[in-house]
Amino acid sequence: MTNPIKSKKHYLDYVDQKTPNSKTKSNFFIAFIVGGIICVVGQAIIAFFASRGYSKDISASLTSVILIFLGAFLTAINVYNKLGKFAGAGSIVPITGFANSIVSPAMEYKSEGYVMGVGAKMFLVAGPVLVFGVSASIFYGVIYYLMNSVIV
Amino acid sequence: MKHIGKQTVQLLNPVTIDCTYSIVGPKESEGPLAKFFDNTIEDAFYDESTWEKAESKLNSTSINGCLCKSNKSVTDIEYILAGDLLNQCIASSFAIRDTNIPFLGLFGACSTMIEGMSIGSMLIDGEFANNIICSTSSHFCSAEKQFRFPLELGSQRPPSAQWTVTGAASVLLSNEGNGPKITHVTTGKIVDMGVTDANNMGAAMAPSAANTLKTHFEDTGRRPDYYDLILTGDLGYIGHDIVVDILKADNYDMTKNYNDCGILMFDREKQDTHSGGSGCACIGTVFSGFIYNQLQSKKLNKILLVGTGALMNATSCQQSETIPGIAHAIAIENI
Repeated sequence: MTNPIKSKKHYLDYVDQKTPNSKTKSNFFIAFIVGGIICVVGQAIIAFFASRGYSKDISASLTSVILIFLGAFLTAINVYNKLGKFAGAGSIVPITGFANSIVSPAMEYKSEGYVMGVGAKMFLVAGPVLVFGVSASIFYGVIYYLMNSVIV
Repeated sequence: MKHIGKQTVQLLNPVTIDCTYSIVGPKESEGPLAKFFDNTIEDAFYDESTWEKAESKLNSTSINGCLCKSNKSVTDIEYILAGDLLNQCIASSFAIRDTNIPFLGLFGACSTMIEGMSIGSMLIDGEFANNIICSTSSHFCSAEKQFRFPLELGSQRPPSAQWTVTGAASVLLSNEGNGPKITHVTTGKIVDMGVTDANNMGAAMAPSAANTLKTHFEDTGRRPDYYDLILTGDLGYIGHDIVVDILKADNYDMTKNYNDCGILMFDREKQDTHSGGSGCACIGTVFSGFIYNQLQSKKLNKILLVGTGALMNATSCQQSETIPGIAHAIAIENI
């Protein structure tokens, strides 16, 4: 066997080969199932409001509010992190995961006070998502506007 | 001249490890070594309001516990050498601020305990002090907060990730007494093989540990089989295997008597700790609890203890810097 530390490149290749990979297949499957269940719950809430005669827009908004509350609540009672450990992307991608990413740093940094702790650190994880999400939608909006004005 | 070879000091008057004290958190107290620790806490907050205060309290408990167990008083201690992972080592300095003992703060990341014992034993052998306490601490929650994500964030850890040990350990070194003796100190060099993945610390530190071990063997003329046990700090399963491979290429057989504190600390399957334990308290508590007990009961008589540290911080990782590793070794023998 050659010495693993023969060169840096050789070592990094060796480490790659030595390090076990995540269980991608089962992770994908669990993420699909759990993410799907969260979406089904959302769909059921929309259907409930629709059956009560609310408009489509109002039903969708109320559903988002309820799911965000659930995500935040489950984070606060120390359940969402356990779900996340099991489900991975399945519980990160839906809107409940977004709530989790804002509430968890708020809880963690409460010890540094409400201004420099909770206030300043609340968007530690979600901040980049917001920045790039808003930027992308502005970019998309500009393109959409230009295309429409050219065609008209 | 006490300096032998390139990086090793052979102590003329071997320094006695008079007394040790270990305290660990809830998860560690469910692990395989639970019965060997002096004290355990049930709540990770340890009756404090923040993780940082809890870690500091662990540290002060271990220092006081060590003094209580020994027959020495505070006034007998000439120096405390301590450090931890929190920014600017506040867990140690806050724990020590009311002790009135002269304090030298150290940072060697997770090698801090062995760095402290190295310097402490040289100070005592050099007759600059008679009694020195070396201490360190780490806390899973304060470490996650500083280096990774908030605890409540629902994310997955990769298989190479390690679990920071919650706990603190103190060791009282003395120029007298009957305990096991520190005989050799090999101070390590920084080795950086270009690993950037902060979730694979074992791979980042292993080349440095292998380098220090090889240097120790060359400087002392000893072979791995001289020791009953060779123990690294927190390389975990992956780092442990890498050290075996690197030293095999140099014709040192590490397959028989080599283990890692990160492997010993937890039950990987039951406790879901992936590649094993890590943190300053990993080697600190495993040595102060389990290993010291084995030395006293003569089940182990010659051991080589290698503290391993990853000298990075959260900022350097975000700036895509590679992770430099360090490892310090001390030989402890019943003589």
